[in-house]
Amino acid sequence: MNIPRNWRLQQQRYRLEGEVCEKCGARIFPARDICPECEAPAKTPLVFSGKGEVYSYTTVHTPPQGFEEFAPYILALIQLEEGPLITAQLTDVDADHVDIGMPVEMVTRKVQGGGAEGPIVYGYKFRPVLHATVHAAPHE
Amino acid sequence: MSDTTTILRPEHPVGIVGYGAYVPRYRLPAREVSRVWTGGYGGTPIKEKSVPGPDEDVVTMSIEAARNALARAALPDPALIRAVWVGSESHPYAVKPTSTIVAEAIGATPHTQAADWEFACKAGTEALQAAIGFIGSGMARYALAIGMDTAQARPGDALEYTAGAGGAAYLLGPAEESLAVFEGSFSYVTDTPDFWRRAYQHYPSHGGRFTGQPAYFKHITAAARGLMDALGTSPADYTYVVLHQPNAKFPKSAAKKLGFTPEQVKDGLLVNEIGNVYAGSSLIGLAAVLDEARPGDRLLLVSYGSGAGSDAFSLRVTEAIVERQGRAPLTREYVARRVEIDYATYVRFTGKLRK
Ligand SMILES: [Zn+2]
Repeated sequence: MNIPRNWRLQQQRYRLEGEVCEKCGARIFPARDICPECEAPAKTPLVFSGKGEVYSYTTVHTPPQGFEEFAPYILALIQLEEGPLITAQLTDVDADHVDIGMPVEMVTRKVQGGGAEGPIVYGYKFRPVLHATVHAAPHE
Repeated sequence: MSDTTTILRPEHPVGIVGYGAYVPRYRLPAREVSRVWTGGYGGTPIKEKSVPGPDEDVVTMSIEAARNALARAALPDPALIRAVWVGSESHPYAVKPTSTIVAEAIGATPHTQAADWEFACKAGTEALQAAIGFIGSGMARYALAIGMDTAQARPGDALEYTAGAGGAAYLLGPAEESLAVFEGSFSYVTDTPDFWRRAYQHYPSHGGRFTGQPAYFKHITAAARGLMDALGTSPADYTYVVLHQPNAKFPKSAAKKLGFTPEQVKDGLLVNEIGNVYAGSSLIGLAAVLDEARPGDRLLLVSYGSGAGSDAFSLRVTEAIVERQGRAPLTREYVARRVEIDYATYVRFTGKLRK
């Protein structure tokens, strides 16, 4: 457990805050202050929509230390609608209901429970889209 | 007793700009509790209750409800919110606010108030009433009040059938931007020892049958009557009434005693499907009713918290409701998102059993 590191990453983890490159328009997650497309400095914060789809996934039965209480869980690569590919847990879904290409949305959940005495770490996970009518509407 | 000096009404009119519900997807049928503890004998007070998933707590549930409220409000910038107040009796930390985490996650920090409220099942409406005052006095333009719980009950206790998880968030703001406007509110509070939890105890204790007549019924009816008397309204003026719902019987019978019909009660009654969600109970009932309401409808909301007290609110729905209802998941969508679990899974999910 690393309190300063978790605290520094809160904006990124709680609400999917990344960056946008003012030069070429690339949307960057996680933030790295340099555009991976054009190598220009990119420091303008951007909150991602949280919409995306499952690119690939696997079930984790033997989790790393600190994640035991949630195992088994599904770890997925999510293609965000803004472009970046990120690794995140899926939640509120069973493995046999997950498909490649399944539309998902970001939720903020407990990522590490912290045991009885430690701090709880919250962060993004993804789940199948709940409210079909809103997301069926055209968006940028 | 109730007149214009006891009714609570702000200087500037205040209303609900956005609202949002949350219910976890897991359900524990009451017959499962009965199977384990009474061999299946005896009636059950509700059909089933909602149970949080292993990665959910009052923080994560409040964040989702708050995001739904903000989606309905379509606020240009969450940094305009001057207060994030969360009422609950199941805050995940004993010391460290739930509200700062919620405020950070929705982008309201750092120029905002944040606080956790406690008053058993009426902690949420306490926050709502404070938000009315905060905005109505001109100190703030927007404030967020949340009632959310993951209620705990001692294994085998009568409350284990009903102690559920869920709640709702309300973004309050000026009346002219609101989908429903507060006409007034009224509180009724006494020192009544019906239900409590001492420090360091995991599960609450209660006075059994004492929780009915001198506690729930007395406070709910006194607050509702006090408000209606002061406003000069009667049950026939309301399209919907939403009361705190600890079980299926109490709110129906209190509503009847007050002169409301079953028709006025039914849309806001969720306890049979999600259980008693404590600080979220009356507030999520209100969210379900707002999902259905039409412009001009009048709503009466009355909470109840043990210890004890009730807050009553009269609301009038505006034209703005029509386009905002569909901007976020409806309360009934969360209720319908249902995965049944057995008692053993419930015990693991709620931390009653650890490896
Ligand atoms: Zn670039």
